[in-house]
Amino acid sequence: MLFMKKKIEQLQDSAVIPIGTYWQLVRKRFLKHRLALVGLIILVFVALLSFLGPFFVKTTYDEFDLSAIFAPPFSEGHLFGADELGRDVLVRIMYGGRISLFVGFVSSLITTAIGLLVGLISGYFGGIVDRLLMRFVDVMLSIPLFPILLILTMVFGSGLTNTILVLSVFGWMGVSRLVRGVVLSIRENEYIMAARVLGTKRIKVLFRHILPNAMPITIVSMTLNLSYAILSESSLSYLGLGIQPPTPSWGNMLQRSMNYILSTGHSKVVPWWLVFFPGFMIFITVLSVNFLGDGLRDALDPKFVSEA
Amino acid sequence: MDKILELENVSKWFPVKKGWGKRSYLKAVDSVSFDIKRGETFGLVGESGCGKTTLGRVIVRLYQPTQGKVVFHDKVSSVDLFSLNEKDFQKYRKKIQMIFQDPYSSLNPRLTVLQIVTEGLSSANLSFTEKRRLASQALESVGLRAEYLYRYPHEFSGGQRQRIGIARALVMQPELLICDEPVSALDVSVQAQVINLLISLKEQYNLTYIFIAHDLAVVKYISDRVAVMYLGKVVELSDSRELFNRPLHPYTQALIESVPVADPKMRKLGKIQPIQGEITSPIDPPQACLFASRCPYAMKRCNENVPGLRAVEGSHQVACFLYY
Repeated sequence: MLFMKKKIEQLQDSAVIPIGTYWQLVRKRFLKHRLALVGLIILVFVALLSFLGPFFVKTTYDEFDLSAIFAPPFSEGHLFGADELGRDVLVRIMYGGRISLFVGFVSSLITTAIGLLVGLISGYFGGIVDRLLMRFVDVMLSIPLFPILLILTMVFGSGLTNTILVLSVFGWMGVSRLVRGVVLSIRENEYIMAARVLGTKRIKVLFRHILPNAMPITIVSMTLNLSYAILSESSLSYLGLGIQPPTPSWGNMLQRSMNYILSTGHSKVVPWWLVFFPGFMIFITVLSVNFLGDGLRDALDPKFVSEA
Repeated sequence: MDKILELENVSKWFPVKKGWGKRSYLKAVDSVSFDIKRGETFGLVGESGCGKTTLGRVIVRLYQPTQGKVVFHDKVSSVDLFSLNEKDFQKYRKKIQMIFQDPYSSLNPRLTVLQIVTEGLSSANLSFTEKRRLASQALESVGLRAEYLYRYPHEFSGGQRQRIGIARALVMQPELLICDEPVSALDVSVQAQVINLLISLKEQYNLTYIFIAHDLAVVKYISDRVAVMYLGKVVELSDSRELFNRPLHPYTQALIESVPVADPKMRKLGKIQPIQGEITSPIDPPQACLFASRCPYAMKRCNENVPGLRAVEGSHQVACFLYY
């Protein structure tokens, strides 16, 4: 090698791989991920159904139709059947979807924001700040959730805002631990050292180098949180702690139907549709969100960028 | 030649926890003193873990030193870099820049080449067009085309990325460049290109290099003077040619002997003695010659006293009792 003295002009080596910007690459890789794409389509469909659907039907979620009590699916005017008060299940699914998606989205947004902030501070500044914050996370994680929720709802009452608040306050710890770990590993990159040698200010290093590289994992964890929040809202509502009737959410629709599903005393057949449709909506939404998160994780991971 | 940098008893000890209340120190760099002359290439060699990278990082204040002085000589004044606070150090920071080892982790994958190369100029109060002009100049001087400014690091090969790293340092108009194993992560053919680039940049911009490496062939090729480090201490320091022709310290001799020889006829078959024994732990090392446990010539006093660096002939310095 020592004999290969060449002129700099000749050094312009050729192998530049023109594959576009980071986000073009992400899109390309995401589109290749079939399951994630299916997940995205289903989610968009569920969102359209929930938010636009009610504009195309004549009834609302709390309109009785006494002639249609326990009407089975595909009966006239009730595609998904009707419940014990003759309310249309499809319409209630739409309105319930609004609540469930809204609660899920808002609380996962808040959760992620808190977790990101705590994780960034903890991982970047380290030392005593890190130790204090992480012990606080440990404490928060060891609080048994449901007994506390019972007390909180008894004191403050249940409802939309309180449900979102409760899910946010008790849901950020996982994200903060994850982000802290990622920040610790990003911090070891030589470009962080290079930035310091070049005289970049500490706080600017955080926003210019650390945060953008921590975003992919944060976005992925937000999608996973979204599915967790939808499930939690369902469990809360199922226990009667979340969204209160007559406002429908997928969770409290399930809960109400439990009274009728165990026997045929109330109707001619077991009204399985009261359980199946809300349950199916939760199932398909959470599954799609998980697929979506999976696809995003693969597409956003900067380590794979050079391969696509 | 006048001095540009003077190291006096520079040490960096990392605290290591050992159970309750006990604290030991890993002496990564221990009382290192030498001068760097303006315009020279100063090679720093040694095996992994000998503290050469730590020393480089201490000089640019990535690590706070445990003790010692680093005096930077300007054309007009001299100043101990460690005595400055962060604000006063900013002025000297751009004069001492660094090139990093790993071309993959040394460039932020989220930034364009333009953003990467101009990062150090953000405090310089320049207009965007001026910054872009400086950046494209720097790119061209490292042999890359100015159109690459809007590309991302993943679009480049290892050698090209390393050149972007060099351009990032050059744009600051440094006087001293610390090259921390700049070629060890590259293919051999690309290594030669980058080394030759460094040599011609040095002439063009009147740079001084501290060249940290473990590859002796590279160091021999590029360096004017070489310091050999072993477990945080400099064991031999000399003119490059002198050091490779007549190594004095047993450790240097072993290092040079272990370099593979390309010509089969030149190989000293069977004569090579690999270094025996275990490397001494750098955590709370004994007050003795640290190489004594592996040295074929070890004497009684080697285990009792620390040999200091001492001039043997002219500027050839060695820390070994054999030459006392």
